[in-house]
Amino acid sequence: MMIPALQNSLSTYLILGALLFAFGFYGLVQRRTLIGMLISAELVLSGASINFMAFNRFLAPDPTVGQIFTLFIMGIAAAEAAIALSIVIAVYRNYRSIDAEDLVDMKG
Amino acid sequence: MVPLFTAEGLTSVVFMAMIGVTVVGAIIATNTERLIRAVAGLAICFIGVAALYYFLQSPFVAVMEMLIYVGAVCVTIVFAVMLADPEEGQHGKGNILAGPFSIGLGVILFWGLAALALKTEWTPAASVINNGSVVEIGKSLLTTYSMVFELISLVLLVAIIGSLVLARAGRTRTETES
Repeated sequence: MMIPALQNSLSTYLILGALLFAFGFYGLVQRRTLIGMLISAELVLSGASINFMAFNRFLAPDPTVGQIFTLFIMGIAAAEAAIALSIVIAVYRNYRSIDAEDLVDMKG
Repeated sequence: MVPLFTAEGLTSVVFMAMIGVTVVGAIIATNTERLIRAVAGLAICFIGVAALYYFLQSPFVAVMEMLIYVGAVCVTIVFAVMLADPEEGQHGKGNILAGPFSIGLGVILFWGLAALALKTEWTPAASVINNGSVVEIGKSLLTTYSMVFELISLVLLVAIIGSLVLARAGRTRTETES
């Protein structure tokens, strides 16, 4: 019985990264609440990280660069999540809702 | 193709299982009605991604993925869901962008990126200058990338202070109003 060795081919990781990116965009458009959009944005970031790690493993002359870039993406994502969630809490205190369609005070 | 009942074949089985975990987590994170389930799906998806990083020969980044994403970011989002109490069950109603448009956008993005990845001729590097171990990562972080390393600690400091200020300001105002 034979089984494909998917873990040794670059295109597996690239397709998976593209899939996570597409899922993130789909959720970003389709979700109504701000927290749901934030969750989808995290999916987009992790799709980008998978791409960096795959190129780092298979193509890069210096295999530390992609890992360091992924670590920095994690740091930025953590900072982004903290800031976005405190904004969500502030919005909830003012509007009693985190639905993106209720935040229409600036609508003309 | 490798035989199933060897070390490499069983590794492939584990790898496919981890791909499944990642995809199922992403589906749960984007499609459930309740936000707390979406956060749990996000955690599942990140566990799968951490396993993929392990398969990409970077155990350090895999551990960091588990610590930062599963351990910190998901728990923070759970706290926000708890504090903000989102209205459930009105999934994309009345929004012209939701529904077929968002599915079409996702499919087009996935198809385009996957076709780009498959059609391009990727050429590997002629020579590799180190083995990408934790020791090499540490050396690079403290020599070549030391400036970025300092800057990201500054960004994190600003993020901590900023989120404290944002959350605190709202709290004092509601206390004086009530």
